[in-house]
Amino acid sequence: MNIQAMAQDVPVEGEHTVEGIDFITSGDQYLTFLLAQEQYAVDILCVEEIRSWEQPTKIPNAPSYIKGVINMRGIIVPIVDLRLKFNIGKANYLETTVVIVLTYQSEEKSRTIGFVVDAVSDVLNVESVDIKPAPAFGGCVGQQYIDGLINSENKVVTVLNVAHLQQVEKHRLQG
Amino acid sequence: MSVDLSQFIPSFLEESFEGLELMESGLLNLKPGDNETIHSIFRAAHSIKGGAGTFGFDSVTEFTHLVETLLDEMRDGRREVSSADTEILLESVDCMRLLIEAARDEQDYDHDKVSTTSARLSETLGGQQSTDSDSENESNVNKNDGCGYNIKFIPEHSLAKTGNDPIFLFSALAELGELTISANTEELPALMDIDAQELYFSWELTLITTAEEAEVIEIFEWVEDECLLELEPIVNKANEEPTNNISDVADGVINELSVESSLGEIENQEVLASTKVDNEPETATGEKSKTSKTKAKADLGSIRVGVDKVDSLINLMGELVITQSMLSELGNDFDMSKVERLTSGLEQLLQNTKEMQESVMRIRMLPISFAFNRFPRLVHDLAIKTGKTMELVISGEQTELDKTVMEQIGDPLVHLVRNAADHGIESKDVRLANGKPEKGTISLDAYHQGGNIVIEIKDDGAGINRQTVLDKAIDKGLIDANAILTDSQVYDLLFEPGFSTAAEVTDISGRGVGMDVVKRNIQALGGRIQVESVLGKGSTFKVNLPLTLAILDGQLVKVGTETYIIPLISIVESLQIDNQLINRVSGDMVLYRLRDDNVPVLPIYQMFNLETECTEIDKALLVVVEGDGQKVGLMVDDLLAQQQVVIKSLNDNYQQVSGISGATILGDGSVAMILDIPGIINMALEQAQKIQRVRTDGNSNVAAEVCL
Amino acid sequence: MTKVLVVDDSNSIRDMVSFTLKSAGYQTVEAKDGQDGLSKAQTSDFDLVISDVNMPNMDGISLCSELRKLANFKFTPILMLTTESSTDMKMRGKSAGATGWLVKPFNPEKLLATIKRVVK
Repeated sequence: MNIQAMAQDVPVEGEHTVEGIDFITSGDQYLTFLLAQEQYAVDILCVEEIRSWEQPTKIPNAPSYIKGVINMRGIIVPIVDLRLKFNIGKANYLETTVVIVLTYQSEEKSRTIGFVVDAVSDVLNVESVDIKPAPAFGGCVGQQYIDGLINSENKVVTVLNVAHLQQVEKHRLQG
Repeated sequence: MSVDLSQFIPSFLEESFEGLELMESGLLNLKPGDNETIHSIFRAAHSIKGGAGTFGFDSVTEFTHLVETLLDEMRDGRREVSSADTEILLESVDCMRLLIEAARDEQDYDHDKVSTTSARLSETLGGQQSTDSDSENESNVNKNDGCGYNIKFIPEHSLAKTGNDPIFLFSALAELGELTISANTEELPALMDIDAQELYFSWELTLITTAEEAEVIEIFEWVEDECLLELEPIVNKANEEPTNNISDVADGVINELSVESSLGEIENQEVLASTKVDNEPETATGEKSKTSKTKAKADLGSIRVGVDKVDSLINLMGELVITQSMLSELGNDFDMSKVERLTSGLEQLLQNTKEMQESVMRIRMLPISFAFNRFPRLVHDLAIKTGKTMELVISGEQTELDKTVMEQIGDPLVHLVRNAADHGIESKDVRLANGKPEKGTISLDAYHQGGNIVIEIKDDGAGINRQTVLDKAIDKGLIDANAILTDSQVYDLLFEPGFSTAAEVTDISGRGVGMDVVKRNIQALGGRIQVESVLGKGSTFKVNLPLTLAILDGQLVKVGTETYIIPLISIVESLQIDNQLINRVSGDMVLYRLRDDNVPVLPIYQMFNLETECTEIDKALLVVVEGDGQKVGLMVDDLLAQQQVVIKSLNDNYQQVSGISGATILGDGSVAMILDIPGIINMALEQAQKIQRVRTDGNSNVAAEVCL
Repeated sequence: MTKVLVVDDSNSIRDMVSFTLKSAGYQTVEAKDGQDGLSKAQTSDFDLVISDVNMPNMDGISLCSELRKLANFKFTPILMLTTESSTDMKMRGKSAGATGWLVKPFNPEKLLATIKRVVK
């Protein structure tokens, strides 16, 4: 799948090091995808590539949502199953199951992690004013992962915070 | 034209640090009358001063000037080489290093230390020296009061023999203004008598210029002593003052010159600042501060590679290209009759790649002398501090080691050497009383062993007192009072956190913090440390390190669906499990009898929570590995190939994983984890302790899950 | 093209001199000490020699007198690049046959300006 074509004329490369979403530029583009039947979105500038699912190499004693690591052109990239992490739906691995590889450049370092989702759906053009804060009424997804909500036609899309998604929680040995 | 020199700063810095090391080692070995060494120390200081001046590192220049002056006195034989002077010079080397580092990092430095040392240097020099080297007496002298000069230039006949040519002097003069030249040919001899190498003319010149007298004289600077030079200003009273100023401003010529004072003798005049034609007035000092603003870039981590290494790489590259073209030609028109050629071609490719890899790795390899060369100074200082007499013997300093490993092994080695000097070597009296030579010896040695480098730190001191170590460990609660330990187990206690055997805590080896850190650092490099000691005879600390951090010789093993890599260096042996030799002891521990040893069996599938059909110990294979001096048997499903793997960090995109030192990419593109043997042993120990705690709590379910 | 032999044991100074000269259109050959410089001079002609004074193996003064013994260096300008500003050192350079001296700290503009006094 060619993300460049989906994003049309938005350059994927470039100096986009603003935390989370750049609210200053109007008309940002978001890649939306499905977890169970729900729509989620991430800033398209963080998307490195979209891959089909392949069985990763397991990391010993890692939490169940960390499926392991894969080789992406010589780089070791961990794979996180978002459905398991957020506890949404079933973690099936079907033909349509894809991995969205996101790179987030923080001040100290850049981190690349692949996220397993049910399917990629669309690219949304969104004015920053159209991203509304999410009501704090729980749900499976922790508040820190959510940047806001977008109304798209009659559906609601949850915008995820890539910086927080990228944070790897220290996992302890399971004994 | 302007030339940006800042690109040369890194190479100057590198050179300076090398120079400092040379100075230091020279000073440590300096004996009176050793002129060659003094000369080389002087040269090093001299080069540093010269370079520092160029880049505007003024603090370095000033300080080094003092050092240079002292060394100059020694060089000329005006000063005897005394140990006090050597000490001051060693201290000065430290200050120079401090100052250069500060200049490099654009940071401040320890002014107290520098000024103290600087004061001591000046005192040693007899207080005659000013710290300012070349730029004294900035003043405006010899103002051009008129509008030009009448110059009489009568060169010696031999002027051309030093390569000077009046024509170039005149054209330089012509650049200052309007020049009229008339030659005097009186001295020209008869044609027969002319020596083609001699110069017979003299000249009278008129120069209409606004330039300073010094500027004019500067042009003749190199021939002053080979000619008669008369310079007479042309004074035009009518437009003296105002014209002068106006024309100065109009031409934008800078009139400030810094001139070295030397009793007003023209021949000693030295014009430091060049006179520049520029639209903005610029002073000599302004120029200097501009240079000092030039950013000193931090160390870019460059590496100096010998030409031989590059040449061998290029040769290999050539072979590789030949193999490649042979293979692609084969591929153009391939049929089964050519299989044999293909096989041999691929074999050749394998050989080329292997050699290429070794050659590339060699680029990162440096002789360990880079890490060793700080020790003579360290031991010298330690001897003074402890009041003991000792010497350092270094061997194997040409042994090569990866640059990264070298950088990280420095501190642990320093600690071990300090430890040897402080705790190992006895005081003079004790040594004499024990019939040992008065002077203690610490030796540093490095050699290659297999794919590893071994560094030995050996002292002929008191050795480790087993009982003292045991008492202390019991006292500190590190071991049980009844524990029966082998010697090596006892020595390993030295590396426990919070352990110190010195009767008194000294500022040299510190408070026992350190040996545990030493061990940790060595382990982090994938190495190990062993101690051998004979009471009364001395101790040897042996550090075993991989040659490089980038590549590892590995044994691939299978556990369930996963492939793991065990570093070959830690494998003792691999064996088929013989049921007879399995012992279950103390309830839940499985031991395997390996000749005299009983080796605990660690099932990888359990430790890593993997599913496998191979859970029965007698169906599995046992890879006996050693880490931290502890042997364990790793239970795996199958042994696969042995191969070299390139180590990739898990940290970049993930985090450290216990039991895993990194990952690699296999030939089929998949990722395999590399086992961290000491890490796995630790995991097993922690697990065992947890079970014991749980068991004492009366809950045996968890324990049952873990045991076999 | 004017060909210059640059002799200095310090890599950084040698590189700087060479760089400065090259950027002004001169051709340069580098030597790492007097010995090296002499052997390069024995196999090739130069229009100018710029040499450090303090060097291992053979210092600049000795290099200078050795060069003057070579037929093709009898009149070649030889400049000493040095921090030695003392008269004594200049005299020694002169008597060894040096054309002139350039005093460090090294300044590229000054270098280019001064060498015009000895070469085209």
